Amino acid sequence: MNVELIVFIVFALVAAVSSVMVITRKSAIISAVFLILNFFALAGLYLLLNAQFIAVVQIIVYAGAIMVLFLFVLMLLNEHTEVIAAKSKKKLKLFGGITAALIFVQLAYLIFYQNASANINPIVEKSVEIGKIGYIGTKLYTEYVLPFEVAGFLLLAATIGAIVLAKKKFE
Amino acid sequence: MNIPIEYYLVLSAFMFVVGATGVIIRRNAIVVFMSIELMLNSANLSLVTYSSYLGNVMGQLFVFFVMTVAAAEAAIGLAIIIMVFRNKLTVNIDEINLFKW
Amino acid sequence: MINLIHLTVILPLLGFLINGIFGSKIKNEKVIGIIGSSTVGISFLIALGAFFQTLGLPEENRSNVVTLFTWLDVGSLNIKFSYLVDQLSLVMSLVVTGVGFLIHVYSIGYMHGDKGFWRFFSYLNLFIFAMMNLILGDNFLVLFLGWEGVGLCSYLLIGFWYDRKFEKGTVPQAAKKAFIVNRIGDFGFLLGMFLIYQTFDSLNFIDVFSKAASFPVNETTFSFIALFLFIGATGKSAQIPLFVWLPDAMAGPTPVSALIHAATMVTAGVYMVARSAIIFASAPTIMVVVAVIGLMTAFFAATVGLVQNDIKKVLAYSTVSQLGYMFLACGVGAFSAGIFHVMTHAFFKALLFLGAGSIIHAMHEQQDIRHYGNLKNYMPKTYITFIIAAFAISGFPGLSGFFSKDEILWNAYANGNMLMWIIGVATAMMTAFYMFRLVFLTFFGKERFDTHHTHPHESPKVMTIPLTILAFLSVVGGYVGIPVLFSGEGGNQFEEWLKPIFAPAQRKLEIYGSHSHFEEIVLMVISVVLALGAIYFSYVVYTKRKDIAEKVSHQFSTLYKILLNKYKVDEFYEFMIVVPIQKFSEKVLWKIADNKLIDGFVNGTATIVNSTSGVIKKLQTGLTQFYAVLMMFGIAAVLFWIIINL
Repeated sequence: MNVELIVFIVFALVAAVSSVMVITRKSAIISAVFLILNFFALAGLYLLLNAQFIAVVQIIVYAGAIMVLFLFVLMLLNEHTEVIAAKSKKKLKLFGGITAALIFVQLAYLIFYQNASANINPIVEKSVEIGKIGYIGTKLYTEYVLPFEVAGFLLLAATIGAIVLAKKKFE
Repeated sequence: MNIPIEYYLVLSAFMFVVGATGVIIRRNAIVVFMSIELMLNSANLSLVTYSSYLGNVMGQLFVFFVMTVAAAEAAIGLAIIIMVFRNKLTVNIDEINLFKW
Repeated sequence: MINLIHLTVILPLLGFLINGIFGSKIKNEKVIGIIGSSTVGISFLIALGAFFQTLGLPEENRSNVVTLFTWLDVGSLNIKFSYLVDQLSLVMSLVVTGVGFLIHVYSIGYMHGDKGFWRFFSYLNLFIFAMMNLILGDNFLVLFLGWEGVGLCSYLLIGFWYDRKFEKGTVPQAAKKAFIVNRIGDFGFLLGMFLIYQTFDSLNFIDVFSKAASFPVNETTFSFIALFLFIGATGKSAQIPLFVWLPDAMAGPTPVSALIHAATMVTAGVYMVARSAIIFASAPTIMVVVAVIGLMTAFFAATVGLVQNDIKKVLAYSTVSQLGYMFLACGVGAFSAGIFHVMTHAFFKALLFLGAGSIIHAMHEQQDIRHYGNLKNYMPKTYITFIIAAFAISGFPGLSGFFSKDEILWNAYANGNMLMWIIGVATAMMTAFYMFRLVFLTFFGKERFDTHHTHPHESPKVMTIPLTILAFLSVVGGYVGIPVLFSGEGGNQFEEWLKPIFAPAQRKLEIYGSHSHFEEIVLMVISVVLALGAIYFSYVVYTKRKDIAEKVSHQFSTLYKILLNKYKVDEFYEFMIVVPIQKFSEKVLWKIADNKLIDGFVNGTATIVNSTSGVIKKLQTGLTQFYAVLMMFGIAAVLFWIIINL
């Protein structure tokens, strides 16, 4: 029972509970807030794994940009209360839920069957070294510069697309 | 790092399945999108875990790109939802079923 | 010239194409006629050149093959489109192209003014193309190609005036009858070809015949092959039981009857039997069958011809009868005599038909001889040529028919038996009688038509010149086949010319019988006297004392009716075969097999597809979440499979 394990359990619990909350709240904005909480918990977990850069990027990009975007759209549409309409596909949801549970059981079984921890010997110094932002930056700008640039293009296309799509039509 | 790797992976699987369930049972399109982001994050967690435990930086680089793509996809997706909302005045995906035979 | 023999086939094909494609645009009948006739004329010249060239070659080298291209090369079956130029095919080519050319020229006059003039000439050229393929082909398949081709052209030409009525039905029905009856015979021919291929592993004449001569093959096999081939011959050459189409074929224009149903197509069966002589010679039972059927056909057709009143019908039954003679000759082993009769028959029968055409034209399409009379005063040229042909067919001494018919009768006695000779002579008497009945009723006596409204006139030169040429050939054509009796050993030039072709078959038959010349002279004299007697008898009955004919037909009225109705063979076939097949086709094949089974199957497939898709289309609900569930279900299945295989 060391500090690491306790910290892990705390962050993991927060992540798990908040993810369940995301999908079960009636109000969309509450769901969004819980999702932000989930992202923070994940960022904590990343820090626990010595992935400093990713943790920071997670907060900046996901919690800071994407969720803000979500919240903006929710505000604009003003449709944050889910009307419980008459037609609901109970059967479909039930079936979906069961299938999802089934998938979880299968995945868990596979994970424990693999028994990875018997073969993996984590070297802490190595994982600290690769998590540093300098190391990742070097890699991005030298070995993986092509995907980096392509990602830039992707974002450009997304930007243009979003603007064109959401623009009000000229009457 | 003496936490068994399976714990991280089971958490990742749990979040993934929760996200999938969310996609199925929610009617509000935006919440469906949020569930999708949840699934993407679970994949990210899995990648970073392996990257850290195996000492290979490629996992984290890949997470970097996944985040990029997720951001782009969220932007476009929300723009589409706004457009659909303009036409149908609803984001209830039960009522957006133009592809019904 | 031998190397150019394929041109004799290709030129008529060209004529067919040119007249067929452009004919309706060429408004000038002369041009169409010249195109049509000259292709055949040039073919005749080429055949003539090849003939003289072959004549100059020593006897062993007289068989030459001209190959065009390989048609089929499948497994062990290798069929080339090549033509065999030897003595037999040259004789046939000369007859076909020569007589064909004369008939083409004649048709320019006969079909004048017809709205299908160009169609007629294109069909005629197509026929010559097919017939030349038949005669010149060096394997059974090319022969069969020509065989079917002439059948097709026969159908096209019989049904040429497709909008007219004919006897109890229509002209197209008569054409269909010819084609269908022919096809029945062709089925036999096909079976024969299959057997030949199976036995000899080749369809090439040279291969098959050399193997047939040397290898020991089961006689039953030979018998079956010969029987099937002969069935094909009965269909094409109108023998019992498949002769019923020939009288109906008179629905076509008269030049068609002359060319196809007298001189050339109907002799294709005889040619085929003669060509396959070695096969027939190896199957003695079938030879007897051939001879007997030929003899029976000759006799019965002659009896029917005695009482017919339509000029073309008389000539049609006469053709069937003469074809019987040719098969009789082949059946007793006298193949060259059979071919000799083919040649002379072509001359005088074509002449008879063309003369009949001349008369029909002059009498404004009247074909009933009871309405003729004294036409010799109106149409002298036609009269003279017609009567020459009548003398020739009756076997008047010195004319061509005498030599060929006598050869056949002698061989029927020498290699067959006395009974065959007696029946043959009786048929010859009847032939003479009915031919001269025709002559006397048509050209002599008083006019039995309305002289005020009908003015018969002689035909134009384009029609009478071919008549003259054919009359000349009918007179002198026989001198190439003077029997050994008169010309000494080796003097029968026709037989000598064809001897190498039939030598293998003759060897198998060993029929050089030992009968004296004296017997031959006696028999010849008897048959001549009887034939002349028949001519005189018909002269008496039909010019001097018509009451004899009346009295006989009343006294033997049942027999007369039977003969007039052609033994009701057509009605019998109709009842036994045609009607049952029609009823079967209608009730079973149409209503059940076609409507219910096949349509049901096709429609059923469509219905099954429809209902299946009706079920499957419910998958397209348009709901995104439904699709997502399906995807997840797929993932669960894949994981399950992975777990199973761990």
